[in-house]
Amino acid sequence: MKARPPTALPQPDYEAPDYEERVGRVGYDFGLSRRSFVKVLGAGLLVAASVPALAQESGRRGRGGFFGSGARTVAARIHLGADGTITVLSGKVEAGQGARAELSQAAAEELRIPVSRVQMLLADTGEVPDDGMTAGSMTTPRSVPAVRRGAAAARNLLIQFACRQWQVKPHTVTVRDGQAVDAARKRSLTYADLVKSNEAATLLAQAIPRDVELTPVKEWKVLGTPVLRPNAHDIVTGAHCYPSDITRPGMLYGKILRPPAYGARLVSINLAPAKGMSGVVVARDDQFVGVAAATSFRAEKALVAIAGTARWETTPQPSSRELFDYLKQNTGGGAPQNPFAGQLAEARILRRTYHVPYIQHAPLEPRAAVAEWSDDRLTVWTGSQNPFGCRRELAQAFHLPEDRVRVIIPDFGAGFGGKHTAECAVEAARLARAAGRPVSLRWTRAEEFTWAYFRPAAAIQAEAALDAHGRIATWFFININSGPNAMDTPYAVGKKHCRFLPSKPPLRQGSYRALAATANNFAREVFLDELAALAGADPLDFRLAQLDNPRLRAVLEKAAAEFRWRERIKEKGAAIGLACGTEKGSCVAACAEVEISRAPKKIRVRRVCQAFECGAILNPANLLSQVQGAITMGLGAALREEIRFANGKILNPSFAEYLVPRFDDVPEMDVHLLDRPDLPPAGAGETPIIALAPAIANAVFRATGAPVRALPVRLAEA
Amino acid sequence: MKKPEPEVFGAHSRRTFLKSLGTVAVTAAASRAQSVAAELEKVNGEQTVGPGPVPVTLNVNGKPLKLQLEPRVTLLDALRNYSSLTGAKEGCDRAACGACTVLLDNLPIYACQKLAIEAQGHEITTVEGLAKNGRLTKVQEAFVAKDATMCGYCTPGFVMSLTALLQKNPQPSADEVRHACAGNLCRCGTQPRVLEAALQAAGVAAARTTHTEVMDYA
Repeated sequence: MKARPPTALPQPDYEAPDYEERVGRVGYDFGLSRRSFVKVLGAGLLVAASVPALAQESGRRGRGGFFGSGARTVAARIHLGADGTITVLSGKVEAGQGARAELSQAAAEELRIPVSRVQMLLADTGEVPDDGMTAGSMTTPRSVPAVRRGAAAARNLLIQFACRQWQVKPHTVTVRDGQAVDAARKRSLTYADLVKSNEAATLLAQAIPRDVELTPVKEWKVLGTPVLRPNAHDIVTGAHCYPSDITRPGMLYGKILRPPAYGARLVSINLAPAKGMSGVVVARDDQFVGVAAATSFRAEKALVAIAGTARWETTPQPSSRELFDYLKQNTGGGAPQNPFAGQLAEARILRRTYHVPYIQHAPLEPRAAVAEWSDDRLTVWTGSQNPFGCRRELAQAFHLPEDRVRVIIPDFGAGFGGKHTAECAVEAARLARAAGRPVSLRWTRAEEFTWAYFRPAAAIQAEAALDAHGRIATWFFININSGPNAMDTPYAVGKKHCRFLPSKPPLRQGSYRALAATANNFAREVFLDELAALAGADPLDFRLAQLDNPRLRAVLEKAAAEFRWRERIKEKGAAIGLACGTEKGSCVAACAEVEISRAPKKIRVRRVCQAFECGAILNPANLLSQVQGAITMGLGAALREEIRFANGKILNPSFAEYLVPRFDDVPEMDVHLLDRPDLPPAGAGETPIIALAPAIANAVFRATGAPVRALPVRLAEA
Repeated sequence: MKKPEPEVFGAHSRRTFLKSLGTVAVTAAASRAQSVAAELEKVNGEQTVGPGPVPVTLNVNGKPLKLQLEPRVTLLDALRNYSSLTGAKEGCDRAACGACTVLLDNLPIYACQKLAIEAQGHEITTVEGLAKNGRLTKVQEAFVAKDATMCGYCTPGFVMSLTALLQKNPQPSADEVRHACAGNLCRCGTQPRVLEAALQAAGVAAARTTHTEVMDYA
């Protein structure tokens, strides 16, 4: 790696803007002039089966968008209070991934204050700069530097201010513990002094210089340390208000009428039974039907009273049984041919297809929003990873200028890529407008499982030829439907052709933790074990022989060494497997040990040893949480999670039928975090998930002799 | 305002079905025929209340909480939506996730599966009732110290389950902790930390569950 000057802005050493938002949006339209017109996907008509729907799904979404416009001035990034309080403003959200702690550290480091002095105001579009979506592991490589630049600029303003006050040169002034100190004369000035001065307005309105000098890693005092969650106290006492806990004076509770199946259209409904109930507000806007009442109980009753009168028109829909054929048939042109076919006549060739099902994020807090109108201004509290995107969706749905909409995102009950959209907020706002009072809408678990979006299913075709030395000579890899992330192979193969083919998704699909890297890495790493078997090589040796990336080699070697792979692989019947991968600037390797019982058929993961490296570690405590969390979440996708559907109905929309990891499923974990202070920090919320499923699948392959070609991993019929 | 109309239920969700029958149905299903008859006799002898709101008094965190509730309102909804105790969370409303766990006479229960009227006369403890005078309990302290929260939505449920465990069994083994948490889901993956926090709160040496090593490369 080329050494960087220590003060340079950390630039991601990967292609940062490769994030393509493919989330299907509901696209509500409640414009006054087009009262009964609902765009494309309609209220709950979430089948992306038409061409306009596909067009709506893809591509980045305009101004701000994924990366946001950021803060131009110091004042837009940091509010210095005359009482000494320091509030840092960011458009990022906190959903458990640790942004609040890391951004606080970033500010404290550069302001030269203890982290406990930083108040972090996140994701209130009325107050904070647009830092883009909280997605794609971008808080660490983009927002942490952005906050550091703003804080460093503020510190420089304090120095400037002190210099003018004292008539001294800048090099004689240092900032420590929140004070500019002229060491020689024992004078000091604080950020509060700066704010109280006449110059404050002018100084703070200054643009944040792009090249402002940041604190080098070796001088970090706050960054790089295990700062705990700033609001843990409020969480363990129940004091923190999640979006589904928010109440407003006079607030009603809402319920939305959902179609019986995907693609169903509301033909008619008798609203009278609900309208006849006292204190019940009923709203209909073409396909949108909702009710609101003073109690959640009454709202539910009102909905039940009208639901039975609804007549629906349904259209036949694909089912999960035929999912993969359906995806292959709907690529528009079919899969390309392997360009290397026939080039190596003597070579050993392997051709495999891998299937990854639809799965759900299933964050513990379902979508929730409180909406409140006041003089044609709309305020919404909701749980979303995309505050400014929500504002945009709300403004579009109600035909309002964006500055009349304020979206506030309290720290919420997790997203994992599943909360990029505003449908719940829009629905709450529609009801609130009808009611003339604030409305809280909290999706039920069944609604979340049915009407939120899913991680895309994938059919992956892989074909490779081994040369006489047992190395991969040609590599052909096609992902159908799920996406291009981590699709390219990190191995030094002879020739390669990797391609993503979009299909016509039968369900509403969108982002998920690590996007398609979960599917692509699964297929590639499982395929690699089959190739290793064909070559007669140890899976570890087979990989290392073809792996040039030093960072990926390092994590693979570390995980294998800690797991004692080389000793254990010699044991008879060793039920172990390994896998590695790199994505979004970080590298991961996992070794897994499984235990297989035949009656009843069960796979249990006993132990996972994972090594992870994401450049300079900003917060080892939070990083550990992210890695442990990714292992547990990955375990579910590996062993059990799968959305089943038939003719437009989700067949397992509950935690009783859609099985996520439970406490005693969680394996023993050895986590090894490799710190690279010489490299810029990369995000860590996603990549630690991508090696787990293939490591488990490879362990099952080794233990049973039957290769695994689909998720969730199932034992073959004996 | 119009007169309240007769309440007609066109369709029953599983929940309204269960709620309408209450625990009687569940008990009956699990009992022998004669006890079914006995239950029915008892129910028939009881005075009908509702369907409109009726006065309900709950003993929550040592204080009486007087509410007007439709008899089919769950304890969870009563706490969250009819008073301001939102510490217990709703994650599934189907007894699957445990985010709504509260203590009923020191036993952990799913508040989404208990009717509020049935909870009368019992001591109900929610997560808001644990810390006294701002002092966290050992379980809460350990959750903070072990960084056992991520999004935190499941945390109150875990805290309640573990509070109940430690009251009954002050020195649990790791397996006993796992068992006590079997009814609580966490999607962020805090389980290893929750286990450590529980053992720390109990003053039991932590079993080896997680190894972390920060390797400096430079």
